[in-house]
Amino acid sequence: MTPAVEFRGVSVHFGATQALAPLDLSVARGETLALLGPSGSGKSTALKALAGFLRPSAGRVLLDGQDVTDLPPHRRGLGVVVQSYALFPHQRVADNVAFGLKARKMRRADVTQRVGEVLELVGMSEYARRYPRELSGGQQQRVALARALAIRPNVLLLDEPLSALDAALREDMVAELLRLRAELPDTTLIYVTHDQSEALALADRIAVLRDSRLVELGPCEQLYRRPATEFTASFLGAANLIPVELVRADGSVATVRLAGRELSAEPSGTLQPERPVALGVRPHRISVGEPGPDTFPALVRGVQWRGSGYRLDLRLTDEVCDLRAEVPDSPVLPAVGDRVGVSIPDGCPLVGVGG
Amino acid sequence: MTGLALGTAALAPARRGTRPRRYRIGWLLPPAIVVAGFFGYPLVLVILQSFTAQDGSFGLSVWTQVLSSPEFGRAVWQTVLLALGSTVGCVLLGGFLALVVAFVPFPGATLLARLVDTVLAFPSFLIALAFTFLYGGAGVFGTAGFLYSPWGVLLAEITFYTPFVMRPALAAFSQVPSAQLDVAASLGARPGRVLWRVVLPEALPSLASGACLVLLLTMNEFGIVLFLGAKGVSTLPMLVYGKGIVTFDFPAASVVAVVNVVLSLVLYTVYRRVVGRGGRRAAVDAA
Repeated sequence: MTPAVEFRGVSVHFGATQALAPLDLSVARGETLALLGPSGSGKSTALKALAGFLRPSAGRVLLDGQDVTDLPPHRRGLGVVVQSYALFPHQRVADNVAFGLKARKMRRADVTQRVGEVLELVGMSEYARRYPRELSGGQQQRVALARALAIRPNVLLLDEPLSALDAALREDMVAELLRLRAELPDTTLIYVTHDQSEALALADRIAVLRDSRLVELGPCEQLYRRPATEFTASFLGAANLIPVELVRADGSVATVRLAGRELSAEPSGTLQPERPVALGVRPHRISVGEPGPDTFPALVRGVQWRGSGYRLDLRLTDEVCDLRAEVPDSPVLPAVGDRVGVSIPDGCPLVGVGG
Repeated sequence: MTGLALGTAALAPARRGTRPRRYRIGWLLPPAIVVAGFFGYPLVLVILQSFTAQDGSFGLSVWTQVLSSPEFGRAVWQTVLLALGSTVGCVLLGGFLALVVAFVPFPGATLLARLVDTVLAFPSFLIALAFTFLYGGAGVFGTAGFLYSPWGVLLAEITFYTPFVMRPALAAFSQVPSAQLDVAASLGARPGRVLWRVVLPEALPSLASGACLVLLLTMNEFGIVLFLGAKGVSTLPMLVYGKGIVTFDFPAASVVAVVNVVLSLVLYTVYRRVVGRGGRRAAVDAA
């Protein structure tokens, strides 16, 4: 089946600076792909190359199998929502939403009908006569979505659409986007974000980018549970990377040694024999208690209250390795300088480091 | 701390109400005297003079005489036509040049934008002088007939005042977020539609304020008209000059001057309203 979106060796340069290393990526019709990475990772650049806002210095961009690399943005038929929403301030909400339809010379009656439909879809029908400046951030976001959806695009590009919202509103909007997603099963969604929780909640697959390169691509759960790279492990889920010694690897199970004790782990499948490895341990999977024979001795170096629980900064004393642990609220809490015992569960992902 | 804060708060109304009032009047008085002495008094003298005939009688006779004279009607007509023509020309040329500088990347665009600021500091007669060298009888292009016609004055005024539109237009265009242009294009709008439906409406308050300013300034333009000495071009400022300095008819000059001042004040009021509206809108949009 022809992919809805395809990058074939697409790279972007700004002068001598490489903004996107050659990218090969396909997205199926109806799929949601998250481009996840920190600032400067090239995720927005990839999106702009797809939308036609940037000209790739090499490679081809295909939509439904058609090469659109040389087409200007107005002939690509993509829906785009950007971080700043980019609503037209001099136009009312209804006119903003109708912009793309009028540009397509749609009949006035049809424009009115379609504007009404999409405003209802995003729950903004009663705000049609308002100006963008009279709306809250969340409402502006909905209007931007409605405007992009009004032209019924096959591919919808969302460039950090929730970044400008506060935390509570962001969570509401993620739920709203999931609802919209269910109503648009044939629309391909490409969602750029630096927020791993948004990517995990919305995407079918995640493409992790770093330093203008695609680091890893795969289904959300696979990337979260069995990341192939140390970067994915630490960026997606903020895993602690604990250097360990690989004792043996046997298919999907490996045995590693940490501070003289053996643990079982799940190798990512890309381990190279001579390369050092690390155990990716999520902060919430670490248990902290009294020192004992089955625990790793550690020193508490910091305690931060996080509302629902505490974050502990620990140092494994036998390995001189720093860890972060998230523990639930408890009446007995270690203090800075205490010596504690740390339990690391079996089955944590094992990744190669220094690659 | 709280006590201090309360004490300060309790004192504040008293300070605002009594002593500072005298204090403020004391500060306001010197500039008020300067304004009254250097601007108000001459203006009052001009107004009084306009009601005083050359034989010393006080009344509306000079006003009636001047307002009904054909040369006054012609001067008003030419002043308005030249001002309107220059304004339209400046808006079209200034808007176009600002669009090119803002949206068409070319080497030296930044330098050109800065040069615009420099032109704003030039005296207007310099343009007239340059035009004489270019289009005068002994000039490079030698089209004296054109230069000394109303068209010559119009071209000189457009050349000189275009930066007054270009400057605010450039500022307005540079404030249109590139994301809006990108999104508009992604929605299917061709560049012309993006320009017409997105860029120009957002820059409209700035273009309008620039246009009002040019209209105001060209209405009072004197240097260019005098320096070119265009035949058959008689504007209100030129009429004031002719009546007052050439024929020593001070009452008639005063009448024309008062009309000119009233016209300018009306235009200035419109200009302030347009600028104010643009400023309020920008503030709201930024919020």
